[in-house]
Amino acid sequence: MALADKGMALSLRALNRIAGSDLLDRIGLRDQTEKAVYEATRNGFRAAGAAGRTFSRVSRSGKPARLPNAPRKDLFDLTPSDEQGMMRESIGEFALKRMRPAASDADSVCAAPPELLGQANDLGITMLGVPEEHGGAVEERSAVTSALITEALGRGDMGIALAALSPAAVSTAIGLWGDSGQQATYLPEFTGESVPAAALAIQEPRALFDPFVLSTTAVRKDDGFELSGIKSLVARGADSELFVVAAALDDRPALFIVEPNTKGVLVESEPAMGVRAAATANLKLDRAKLPAEALLGEADPEIYADCIRLGRIAWSALAVGTCQAVLDYVIPYVNERIAFGEPISNRQAVAFMVADIGTELEGMRLVMLRAASRVDQGLDFGREANLARRLCASRGMQIGSNGVQLLGGHGYIKEHPVERWYRDLRGAGIMEGALLV
Amino acid sequence: MTINLETPKKFKVLSEQAHTVAQEVLRPISRHYDRAEHAYPKELDMLASLIDGMNESGSTLGAGASGVKSSASTETQNRNGSNMSSAIGVMETCWGDVGLVLSMPRQGLGNAAIAAVANEEQLLRYEGSWAAMAITEPESGSDSASIRTTAILDGDEYVLNGEKIYVTAGERAELVVVWATLDPKQGRAAIKSFVVERSNPGMILDRLEHKLGIRASDTAAFRLENCRVPKEDLLGTPEIDMKRSFAGVMKTFDNTRPLVAAMAVGVAQASLDRTRELLTEAGIEVDYDRPAHSQPAAAAALLELESDLEAARLMMMEAAWMADNSKPNSLHASMSKAKAGRVGVDISLRCVELCGSLGYDESELLEKWARDAKILDIFEGTQQIQQLIIARLLLKKTSADLR
Repeated sequence: MALADKGMALSLRALNRIAGSDLLDRIGLRDQTEKAVYEATRNGFRAAGAAGRTFSRVSRSGKPARLPNAPRKDLFDLTPSDEQGMMRESIGEFALKRMRPAASDADSVCAAPPELLGQANDLGITMLGVPEEHGGAVEERSAVTSALITEALGRGDMGIALAALSPAAVSTAIGLWGDSGQQATYLPEFTGESVPAAALAIQEPRALFDPFVLSTTAVRKDDGFELSGIKSLVARGADSELFVVAAALDDRPALFIVEPNTKGVLVESEPAMGVRAAATANLKLDRAKLPAEALLGEADPEIYADCIRLGRIAWSALAVGTCQAVLDYVIPYVNERIAFGEPISNRQAVAFMVADIGTELEGMRLVMLRAASRVDQGLDFGREANLARRLCASRGMQIGSNGVQLLGGHGYIKEHPVERWYRDLRGAGIMEGALLV
Repeated sequence: MTINLETPKKFKVLSEQAHTVAQEVLRPISRHYDRAEHAYPKELDMLASLIDGMNESGSTLGAGASGVKSSASTETQNRNGSNMSSAIGVMETCWGDVGLVLSMPRQGLGNAAIAAVANEEQLLRYEGSWAAMAITEPESGSDSASIRTTAILDGDEYVLNGEKIYVTAGERAELVVVWATLDPKQGRAAIKSFVVERSNPGMILDRLEHKLGIRASDTAAFRLENCRVPKEDLLGTPEIDMKRSFAGVMKTFDNTRPLVAAMAVGVAQASLDRTRELLTEAGIEVDYDRPAHSQPAAAAALLELESDLEAARLMMMEAAWMADNSKPNSLHASMSKAKAGRVGVDISLRCVELCGSLGYDESELLEKWARDAKILDIFEGTQQIQQLIIARLLLKKTSADLR
């Protein structure tokens, strides 16, 4: 098969997997593994890995597989490729028709419906960062594609999107930075029928948290490492079957692959203001002993920095999606809500707020997309990622707040989703890691 | 098709040339013409000839934007054309001095109106002229549909009567595009634009304004007293078409608003660049990887300002890109103008604050940029007019519903 044909076949395979309408319509076909029940209040740490699988270690030397970057284009262009457009459309439909109706309940019970997460896996979102030889389905690594998909999922619901994308962060991290043994050990599971729950744990529970100055430490031991510390807001912490954890090694941040059935790995539910459907948890590492092969990315500071930067782009994409949801929701509301004998949208005080939501949202989206497109072009993107993050923290939160304000008292009660978006959007400007594009 | 938000390589030379012009020609005379309000910046004559040469390639460095027009191309291929190159050129030159850019011969806002609505014969006839734009009246500002200047056909000429204010480059330009109504009773559809020779004896210069900023740019007030204009100088069609006419005149703005956004981005970028240098001297450096909150307040402020500037710049690029690709861009043109207008003011004022007395006194240009920036949130549609336009489009409201 000619190279071009092969590329075509691969991309068709991805599309087939992602855009297949029978997948979209299928609900709850999969038997979930026994699932730990989330406790909506804290009640102490317990051993992690209740539902864990065992990854059979494959030792392999030689070069790890890497997805190539998409070829660089010169002209300014905001049109997604046909393939990206189709993925965005089908995932967008899943987000609006499946995730959105489930969002309120998922938020109250602090858990995403397992069948929804299964369907999200069926859509192939954990395969985007996985090289072809480990079962991945795309021929190029594209942060833009991930960003578009993340935005589309965020428009459905930020909490469920976080739960669904959390394993993808781990598969992308291992795809990008894993050595050949790590890739062969873990990646096939992420492209199979039953994708493991997994989480990328960077955040720590303290004010002014800086992901480049970690309290969690890794100490070198003869046969590996010993990790100690507490990670916070770890998505699906209780039922995750694999973690990638950030810890300071020789006073510099590094990434480690942690299997939850390791002794000294404990979880405690950590319900938060928002993104509750992701069943966030504290992850406690109490002198957890890891093998030498656990170190991901050779403790390269640039790799760690990229991990943080890619996470910020992903959170910005989620925030853009949620802000779009706010705009979509308030427009019909203010047009239909009557006060003083006419729609409240006839008043400038209301209409201008809607105009500003639209304007700021457009700015956020473009800044986020530029950061992602620079990743794909092999350009530096740390600055752009942080600018996207700043906008989400300031303008994104403002949109969340104005979404509630426009509905007045109705915005404050749970009959409308805007109060949830208000809570979720506060998180998007704070969270480090957890997601990658 | 690949999503790419970098400035294309093909505009790199233009961008660098414009930046060099700003640095070497405009900056050195910037303070002088800010103080000497109403003095003619003669240095611009040579520069304008240079820019005329560049214009032949379809780009412009001036405010006037002869290069901006709706592309009639039906190609499906992605285009980065003259709307984008003009926006980039304007942004870079305004990094030098926005007041001087507004005074650039043959680059008036009237040139943009001519480019947008003139027919082929008119385009040829006015080519190479410097055209100002006269819309605002003492009793009609943002509400441009309510202008009172009348144009009555008398034989082969229209006779114009009324008063026009805030005419940028009105004293220096060779032509003035004047908005007037053929019949005040017929509302906005009857509003037409007329090209009036500056030497026309019926157009009498009343005064030049003294302003907060852009003092290098002359702002004229005129009286039109039985000002006779050949009927061939009516731009577009003389018919009063209830559906299309006013929309046609307003269409000019879809093309020029991204340029005003570009001006605001240029001024804000100038403020931010200089502030960064002064803060570096004061020991403050931004670390782009670390969270804003774990850095000094001044560094966090720079990050915040830079993020808004990045958004404004990309929105300007988007609006220009849409125009280049014949995508309807009224919404995005107004959004880019709204965002750039307000962050231009916020950023330049915040930079003055961050730099303290260096920002506030006349040893630096920071205080000037903060004064200049304010006009960019006012002319070509104020912030509030942009919000109205955006809101009407998003909410699908008529101007009767949302006033």
